[in-house]
Amino acid sequence: MSQAVKEKSIYADAFREFAAARAGEPAWVERLREGAFERFEELGFPTTDEEDWKYTNVAPIARKAFMPAAPDQVEVVGVETFVSAEARRSRLVFVNGVYSPEHSAREAIPSKVLVEELGAALTGEHGEVLWNHLGRLSGEGDDAFDALNTAFLGSGALIRVPAGVVVEAPVQLLFLTAPGETESATFPRVLVVAERDSRLDLIETYAAVDDSEYFTDAVVEVFVGEGAGVTHYKVQDEAGGAYHVASTRAEVSKDAVYDLTTVTLGARLSRHDIEVVLTSPGASCHVDGLYLVGDGQHTDTHSLIDHREPNGASRQNYKGILDGKSRAVFNGRVYVHAGAHGTDAQQSNKNLLLSTDARVDTKPQLEIYNDDVKCAHGATVGQLEEEELFYLLSRGLHRDLARNLLTYGFAEEIVKKIKFDSIRAQLDEAILNRLHARLEA
Amino acid sequence: MSTIELLTNKEYKYGFVTDIESDVIPKGLSEETVRLISAKKGEPEWMLEFRLKAYRQWLKMSEPKHWPNINYPEVDYQDIIYYSAPKQKATKASLDEVDPELLRTFEKLGIPLNEQKQLANVAVDAVFDSVSVATTYKEKLKSHGVVFCSFTEAIRDYPELVRKYLGSVVPVGDNYFAALNSAVFSDGSFVFVPKGVRCPMELSTYFRINNQESGQFERTLIVAEEGAHVSYLEGCTAPKFDKNQLHAAVVELVALDDAEIKYSTVQNWYAGDEEGKGGIYNFVTKRGACRGRNSKISWTQVETGSAITWKYPSCILQGDNSIGEFYSVALTNHAQQADTGTKMIHIGKNTRSTIISKGISAGKSNNSYRGLVKVLPGAEGARNYTQCDSMLIGGRSGANTFPYIEVMNNTARVEHEATTSRISEEQLFYLQQRGISQEDAVSLIINGFCKDVFRELPMEFAVEAQRLLGLKLENSVG
Repeated sequence: MSQAVKEKSIYADAFREFAAARAGEPAWVERLREGAFERFEELGFPTTDEEDWKYTNVAPIARKAFMPAAPDQVEVVGVETFVSAEARRSRLVFVNGVYSPEHSAREAIPSKVLVEELGAALTGEHGEVLWNHLGRLSGEGDDAFDALNTAFLGSGALIRVPAGVVVEAPVQLLFLTAPGETESATFPRVLVVAERDSRLDLIETYAAVDDSEYFTDAVVEVFVGEGAGVTHYKVQDEAGGAYHVASTRAEVSKDAVYDLTTVTLGARLSRHDIEVVLTSPGASCHVDGLYLVGDGQHTDTHSLIDHREPNGASRQNYKGILDGKSRAVFNGRVYVHAGAHGTDAQQSNKNLLLSTDARVDTKPQLEIYNDDVKCAHGATVGQLEEEELFYLLSRGLHRDLARNLLTYGFAEEIVKKIKFDSIRAQLDEAILNRLHARLEA
Repeated sequence: MSTIELLTNKEYKYGFVTDIESDVIPKGLSEETVRLISAKKGEPEWMLEFRLKAYRQWLKMSEPKHWPNINYPEVDYQDIIYYSAPKQKATKASLDEVDPELLRTFEKLGIPLNEQKQLANVAVDAVFDSVSVATTYKEKLKSHGVVFCSFTEAIRDYPELVRKYLGSVVPVGDNYFAALNSAVFSDGSFVFVPKGVRCPMELSTYFRINNQESGQFERTLIVAEEGAHVSYLEGCTAPKFDKNQLHAAVVELVALDDAEIKYSTVQNWYAGDEEGKGGIYNFVTKRGACRGRNSKISWTQVETGSAITWKYPSCILQGDNSIGEFYSVALTNHAQQADTGTKMIHIGKNTRSTIISKGISAGKSNNSYRGLVKVLPGAEGARNYTQCDSMLIGGRSGANTFPYIEVMNNTARVEHEATTSRISEEQLFYLQQRGISQEDAVSLIINGFCKDVFRELPMEFAVEAQRLLGLKLENSVG
């Protein structure tokens, strides 16, 4: 019996039930879900025979058969500790996939800017924005997790920044998992439309109140209009037993800038697919990230920067710190189309292995079909430099302290580009905690 | 605005056909074909078993079409002649007995088989379609204990050595094309350098496809015992035919303790015409095993021909402190496609590997580097340095880099760098204002781009390779 056949039976009932519960929504949404579910059934969960999933085995997710979480409000305390200080008055909070009005706040969001919970938006007056954008970047591909998310689409957020509007406060979307029914799945879905010359800072956070086993399948679509700028932080700090599969897909228009920074700390198994399409001349993007994994963790980042038009620029800088028996996968792809002359693309992936059991598989790729380009990529895997350690030891530092200092320094390049103190502080704490745990061990 | 534009390619000067009577078996592949080839060569039972085992595995495998970045129509394996040998006396006591037509052919290719006329210090094994027609300097080499002969002779004269090493680096079922080769290979070269011997001259094999309907499936096995040293070169050409021809070779290298093997290739198979009609499908498996401590295997390749190249010369670095090197220049023009690179598998402690790859794409060709660096948990202190540079000429070609890096040991240090660029107007302008013609300037820049690889080639071949690149890109600026 193949895996694919088994999956059909696990999600079919849940899907019918879900579809029935969302009956009042527009017909096109219904069709979108139906189509996606059919596609998921056709595709099944990917296997390691597929080049894109060669190093990451998602069989445990299929085996666990995580069912969609019940659409009930769950009481939870201490939400505030997960909220970024800068976004205290501009945040939407979701607990176990359900929008929580009592923990959300919008005072700092300008009235012209739409920040709405997706369920309400689907039945509300913003049908046109949704109709024009929802699923356009993630709909037709052969990504089974995107398809599954779309099939269960209903929870998440719609953000629309009108032309010329600058949103001062960062908007935070906090997806929190609290103890409830165990082994459940949530399908967060976010659509961001930043119109011409607008500015938006977005903080997308995944966290858990305590350790449990669950599955998050998230899809974020971002449209950056002409001359607009979107700065996007994704902080993934799921519970140690969690499975997190997400995709971030962005379309960047003429002279617009999309700046994504991902921070990967949690989850037993995490996979992040990033696709940035530079659709018009002069579009540019930064895609940076730091993954910090320890014993029993597996993280996988796949990125594609698609240079379709002339004079685009892209910068990718991913760094990884691996400890214990952990594994990291990085697959970065830069594609330069024949018409995309004047493209300037750079990509770098550096990995630091702190333990003997850590493993890294990295595959930076360049595919270039135009001769007037400047493209470079690099990847390294190694441990701390002996010379650098020696230098610090010669200054009287304890060996462990010296190691920590160098490890911290390795991450610093990514940490320092984060403009919000709260995220930087969280990251600093995570790095230092890991290092202290090492010292004590 | 670019003044660099591809116009025409220099006529492929090796595209002639030799008119010679051949012993040809019917087209098609079956167990009977495998038995027939084995019988024609008068092989012992164990060799036939080896072939049949490979054939049976091949039947169960499928062509690797999903991962390489190449496109081609289905190959009809029943439409290929698997054995074609020029008719001549069965055993040749000396070169005087080789068909003069064959000698003229090789002379025309620039490979005189007459020892007096040869490049000093290079021994040649000449392979024409399916068989080796002559091997020079055999006696001189033998006096040093070095065995250099055709594969057919090796099976006959050195069965224990062949049995011991054949298929030990590339198993019969390794991949689709290796399995096919193991079933139907017809000839090739065998080199054995015994313990402590430094081979006194360069060894080389020249491969020539002549028959329009045949494929070429040759096998090369080189064994260097403890402390031995050998440098080997191969060259190849084929006539111009409108039909695609398959060349699926397997090369196995074995280096024991402190041994060193240097393997250089100048590949100039017919590449097809400007529209991509005809040309050789060059689907080759090359692998070296550094079995012994401190052993070293170095691959240098200059790939300029073939309609499609699918080739990943690899090193299995098993012995502690062993070294693997890969230096490559791959040039594609017109409609050529190349998916080539290397695999460095680090198993032993303190193993080191270096990869330098230079890809040049012109016309509407597509050129991909695909390489794997794998560090296994036991490979304490392993080191790898990889540099892949691509150069695009004209706006219609593609240059791709697909490095796979898999590290399972934290004391390893692996570095990969890649860049893509083109010949800049500034560089050209600078050279031209010094009175250098535009073509010479392009040639100069390209040769500079490739110099890290060329300097690894033995002298005569480095000159040949530079000339070859110049020819291939002639009239590429306008």
